[in-house]
Amino acid sequence: MLQLEARPAPSRTMLVLSPLIALAATVLFGALMFAALGKNPLDGLALFFVEPLKGLYGLSELGLKATPLILCGLGLAACYRANVWNIGAEGQLLLGAIAASGVALQATDDTTRWILVPILVAGVLGGMLWAALVAVLRDRFHANEILTSLMLVYVAQNLLDYLVYGPWKDPEGYNFPQTALFAASTTLPKLIPDTRLNIGFAIALLAVAAMSLFMSRTLQGFRLVVGGQAADAARYAGFSARKSLWTVLLLSGGLSGLAGALEAVGPLGQLTPHVSPGYGFAAIIVAFVGRLNSIGIVFSGVLMAMFYIGGELAQSRLGLPNAMTGVFQGLLLFCLLAADTLVTHRVRITGRGMRHA
Amino acid sequence: MHEYALLLASALSAGTPLALASLGLLINEKSGVVNLGAEGMMLMAAIAGFAVAVATGNQWLAFGAGAVVGSVLAAAIGVLVLWLGTNQYATGLAMSLFGAGLSAFLGMNDVGRNLAPFGHVHIPWLSDLPFFGAALFSHHLMVYVAMLLAWGIHVFLHRTRAGLVLRAVGESPESAHALGYPVRRIRLAALMVGGALCGIAGAYLSVIYTPMWVQGMTAGRGWIALALTTFATWRPARVLLGAYLFGGVTMLQFYFQGRGVQVPSQLLSMLPYLATIVVLALISRNPTWIRINMPASLGKVFRPTA
Repeated sequence: MLQLEARPAPSRTMLVLSPLIALAATVLFGALMFAALGKNPLDGLALFFVEPLKGLYGLSELGLKATPLILCGLGLAACYRANVWNIGAEGQLLLGAIAASGVALQATDDTTRWILVPILVAGVLGGMLWAALVAVLRDRFHANEILTSLMLVYVAQNLLDYLVYGPWKDPEGYNFPQTALFAASTTLPKLIPDTRLNIGFAIALLAVAAMSLFMSRTLQGFRLVVGGQAADAARYAGFSARKSLWTVLLLSGGLSGLAGALEAVGPLGQLTPHVSPGYGFAAIIVAFVGRLNSIGIVFSGVLMAMFYIGGELAQSRLGLPNAMTGVFQGLLLFCLLAADTLVTHRVRITGRGMRHA
Repeated sequence: MHEYALLLASALSAGTPLALASLGLLINEKSGVVNLGAEGMMLMAAIAGFAVAVATGNQWLAFGAGAVVGSVLAAAIGVLVLWLGTNQYATGLAMSLFGAGLSAFLGMNDVGRNLAPFGHVHIPWLSDLPFFGAALFSHHLMVYVAMLLAWGIHVFLHRTRAGLVLRAVGESPESAHALGYPVRRIRLAALMVGGALCGIAGAYLSVIYTPMWVQGMTAGRGWIALALTTFATWRPARVLLGAYLFGGVTMLQFYFQGRGVQVPSQLLSMLPYLATIVVLALISRNPTWIRINMPASLGKVFRPTA
């Protein structure tokens, strides 16, 4: 029989190992799934775990996809650390994309490259606005932020659809629901020539560094963590829960909005209803798998980006649906939650016969 | 049918899946467990129900499949949160993300497939009444099942011993444990019953309401159902009322179209979500009022000592 026994103190080894155990379990489940579909498990797994790492172009695509995941994941991690359950990063990302596109559509080919600054600022503000709604609802009305932030995702998607099917639709776009292509002046500078990787990735890494410093070296960061872990102690110390709520939500909304802006003017170059293949939701997993830690989020963001690329490859090469990506992501979170039990518990194997011996 | 009667009829029909799921979640929450996996479970049940309906042509088997899928997934959540002590919010979220992906994956061959519509019951005499007769008494049987269920759950929770035990487990698991009740098994049972109801709600959507399968077709109804339990302050009759209210809001777009009001469809589609936010804010405004009926241990991990 297997028995769980509480550890006297959380295991530091397991804290690091459990994401790896979860990943191994996900790979195993994935292999079983490919086998069940009549595909060679090794070929299938190679699409998800080997192909995306091949060559400079593969790696640059990985960085491109990881950018929004890292940005959204960073903000969500700050929220979860402060015990604020924002799960609406997707909506905040969409609002960022909408606001940024609103500015980008004003640009012409004669506009200077500096138009990028107002574009990205608009993205940040758009995401902040959407998160601020959640903060107001929780702060003034005590409304559960899980539900309000999620409902706002659907509102944002409908708003986006309304714009691209309505007032912002490209009149020369053959009736496709999308805006005109943005002027060349809005293009993000490339990090590596001949790839799609742009300065967005560098911005994401800068955000990681800034967030690390904020969390570990500033008083406000300390207050957030204490408030999340021990609300009573924080109140006793005079830390304001309201201030924490607003700080993390505005941070998270701003980062998600920035991610949306970078998608719109980066790889897309126009606004379409499909700005995000669920980056804001996948970022929830990124935050957890990264242990709510800024550096961890870089790794988990890249891992989740691999799942996106793997899903696309599985679709084009094996004829499997793109939804494979979501299956892998969900599985990974499940396995991680289960594996985290090992941080606080150890498994003891107790023989049935031994009790009577 | 008169346009108001039509609005009422469609509110009942659109409110039924919300009512079923929300009643299930109410049972979960009365036992002290929050289930954020409802959306994913409903999607999984919707595709399972649809596939069974296509294969057998039998709607009751489809509902059965939905119920089984819902309760199996709920059991998975139960093992994680009750025995492994994982965070209820994170685990439910994982289920919603996983269910959304896996249902889309499993349903890839069912997109665009047609299902012959299943008939509605016409309650004799009553459905022939003028004006509201057809609106009230000519629905799918499940619409009436949901109403009966709300009454049944109310009686169960407040008039039976088992219901008392369930509420005790949600209020104070420590006391219930000390009295010798198996808290975790009772919570697992509550989760599985709730999961079955979410599953039936999902199958209703894909088999009766639309009837077809589209990726992500629950469109947030699992989350709205969660909001409804708060809106109803954990009372079954109010769940029903709230569900029909939201069903009506969902249907307003057709009402506006009927009256020739020119509003872009996307803005009308926002209404149920905006309504959820507004109602949630109004209800939650007074925290003491919410807490009167809220199970005290909601969302907390319980570990039995010895």
